[in-house]
Amino acid sequence: MLIGRSDPERPCITICTGTGCVAGGAGDVVEAFRKVLADHGLSRRVEIRLTGCHGFCEMGPLVTLQPSETFYPKVRPKDAKRIIEQTVLNKEPIEELLYRDPSTHEPIEHEGDIPFYSHQHRIVLAENGRIDPTNLNDFLDIGGYLALQNVLATMSPADVIDDVSRSGLRGRGGAGFPAGPKWKIASEQPAACKYVVCNGDEGDPGAYMDRSVLEGNPHRVLEGMCIGAYAIGAQQGFIYVRHEYPLAVGRISRAVQDARRAGMLGERILGTDFSFDLKVVRGAGAFVCGEETALIASIEGRKGEPRQRPPYPAVSGYMGSPTVINNVETWANIPHIINNGPDWYASIGSEHSKGTKIFSLVGKVNCTGLVEVPMGTSIRSIVYDIGGGIPDQKALKAVQTGGPAGGCLPADQIDLPIDFEALREAGTIMGSGGLIVMDESTCMVDVARYFTGFLEEESCGKCYPCRKGTQRMRELLEDICEGRGTMEHLSLLDELGATVNTTSMCGLGQNAATPVLSTIRYFRDEYIAHIRDHCCPAGVCTELIRFEIMADLCDGCGACAKVCPAEAIFGEKNELHTIDPNLCIKCGTCKDVCTKDAVLVLSGGGHEH
Amino acid sequence: MSTESVTLTIDGSRMEVEIGTSLLEAARMAGIEIPTLCHMEGLSSYGACRLCAVEIGPPDKAKVVSSCTYPCEEGLQVRTHTPRIVNARKLLLELMVSSTPSSKTIQDLAAAHGVTQQRFRPENEDCILCGLCVRMCKEQMMAGAIDFAGRGPDRRITTPFEEDSEQCRHCGGCMYVCPVCMLRCAGPAADSTLCGGCLIACQMPVNTAKIA
Ligand SMILES: Cc1cc2nc3c(=O)[nH]c(=O)nc-3n(C[C@H](O)[C@H](O)[C@H](O)COP(=O)(O)O)c2cc1C
Ligand code: FES
Repeated sequence: MLIGRSDPERPCITICTGTGCVAGGAGDVVEAFRKVLADHGLSRRVEIRLTGCHGFCEMGPLVTLQPSETFYPKVRPKDAKRIIEQTVLNKEPIEELLYRDPSTHEPIEHEGDIPFYSHQHRIVLAENGRIDPTNLNDFLDIGGYLALQNVLATMSPADVIDDVSRSGLRGRGGAGFPAGPKWKIASEQPAACKYVVCNGDEGDPGAYMDRSVLEGNPHRVLEGMCIGAYAIGAQQGFIYVRHEYPLAVGRISRAVQDARRAGMLGERILGTDFSFDLKVVRGAGAFVCGEETALIASIEGRKGEPRQRPPYPAVSGYMGSPTVINNVETWANIPHIINNGPDWYASIGSEHSKGTKIFSLVGKVNCTGLVEVPMGTSIRSIVYDIGGGIPDQKALKAVQTGGPAGGCLPADQIDLPIDFEALREAGTIMGSGGLIVMDESTCMVDVARYFTGFLEEESCGKCYPCRKGTQRMRELLEDICEGRGTMEHLSLLDELGATVNTTSMCGLGQNAATPVLSTIRYFRDEYIAHIRDHCCPAGVCTELIRFEIMADLCDGCGACAKVCPAEAIFGEKNELHTIDPNLCIKCGTCKDVCTKDAVLVLSGGGHEH
Repeated sequence: MSTESVTLTIDGSRMEVEIGTSLLEAARMAGIEIPTLCHMEGLSSYGACRLCAVEIGPPDKAKVVSSCTYPCEEGLQVRTHTPRIVNARKLLLELMVSSTPSSKTIQDLAAAHGVTQQRFRPENEDCILCGLCVRMCKEQMMAGAIDFAGRGPDRRITTPFEEDSEQCRHCGGCMYVCPVCMLRCAGPAADSTLCGGCLIACQMPVNTAKIA
């Protein structure tokens, strides 16, 4: 629901202009709505509000009408006229434009009734769809900066730290270190100069929760940082945002300016003795730059390379001064904890992991997007209730959590509650909240090979086990994928993986073997099939599969022969076609174009190595 | 206990050391041998080879850290030769001999730690990126002619812009500390010439295996 300055009954068209929806054409949709309103002389009566990301980008551009909460996905510019005439003026939903439930195909009118949203518990993301992130007044209308006011007027720094500690909030950037105790360490340092840093590097491919928060609700992050700075006694802070996020950089920079002008940043904030200012820093891009010591080095203008801790940044960080570095989502939780109290926060979540966590749900699942749920929610609930299950009647095979250095859980673990401890015990990590759903067409050895290769490239290369270990693991995995594997490969991977994870210097190397170790733990049979039977059960590893055309299905249309880039398919028109295994490069194009489903993927490489 | 010292337990023996002592220094003072490759007295600690890894904390919550960079803390329990640590060192040395078989230092260390097999695809790299030369050049020779560049598989030691460095005085310090010894000076050349070995060292493509 919108809490407007003006009459809540005043019609308002909210259009998502997050990165996803803009890529889907939201800019043209906005223009179309503006024009139709002008044509009807309604520009004053009906408000258009441009919001940040709602987390349902695959359905974008999203349009929600207030006060009725009618929700339209995938809106095109030409729909603007009908939506305004029928829904805004006549208060009638247009059935064919409504969202349809992916399983029942029933239309759903209200945003809140859509399973993707209704099964979520949104705290941090809740405000994204309600406010125009470039408008400070919108933020003030929903109670923005009240927490900061309250803190400055009524709480001592120690009170703030106590509240944050009691809430049980743990860092959302990956390691899950409790925020309160971290602040306490920094606050106890005798140094005169202290700093707070917001980690918005978000290097995990496919994850975009931090981007969405920075784009959609930048002032919440600023408010959280101001409160943190007050608690530890910092006068200066940095917001480090990856430079691939131009919209986020723009929105947060604008928010800093607006907040400064309104007296929420700068000298003597809100008329008190507390002074604090923020600087936006653009990140250089490498995955490892998100590691806290590397990130601080890069703010200092040095090479973004992790260093050995201790000392931890809370003791010696930016320029050797005590520095609290927290993730975007961690900071954005702080004002809510102050507003609603630490007990409220601690009542959400599981025993040792409190509050909610935003996950970026991607892969083979019907609804992809940003999912905010209480810690301890089961994977099943996320994949099936919120994600709407697996498309094309395929079976769930695995869920990969924790980003590139995370692990894979098999389908029989989907009742696992997601929290820091449970994931650790199951052999994977929370990371910053990536969730990739994989169906039966995924080869787990190939997945391990892919992520290990990514980590090899992204390792800073400083410590030997991480640099050399990822290279050696990748080589062993390639051997297995290409049919050269032996059972010794498997035991060596186990041994090497354990050494890489225990001896590496930073969090990247300490989890670099997790993709390998978790897949060996849960999908050992699949490794053995590659090694012993030279067979890739999922039909992915090209050296271990062959393509064949079924005689009883082929009608000799010749489409496959036409597209085959290797010219490996032979046959007369209207006669059975055959694939020459010695020429075939196993690209699968023939299978994609065959309308009769006559091309089959079979085990066994086809020709001898 | 004075405020200038801390007491800790290494492999079961209690010892008191000056604040600021590293675990490696403390262990060595106690006569406990811990292998290292990227550490050298007189140069700052770097923590890259990880051979000096030790376990700290109570056994059920043990953490593995590099002893050369970890400062002694009051009451800390340190274990330098648990099975996990011994096995990890052995495997690290196996990785090193597989990739850099020509180094006498590495061969000796591997032999001393019971590495008897070599299960990885043989490579022939010259540099293990221990960074001793970089620190030698910067911290002892005050030249700073060489440094790391690149990331991951592309990481290498080179001069700024990969050109002859004006800071380099051809002192040979880099070669002297190099555990791979590839370019150890072969003896004095005629007075009128500079042997130039260290100059070559500055320009050596490091990952020769990648190039080959
Ligand atoms: C390789 C690597 C990459 C990381 N990338 C990020 C990142 O993109 N964003 C982030 O917030 N934390 C990242 N972290 C975690 C940070 O080091 C650090 O723990 C975090 O910023 C602390 O904030 P928090 O306690 O609020 O999570 C990364 C860690 C490692 C080892
Ligand atoms: S950008 Fe519109 S929902 Fe994400």
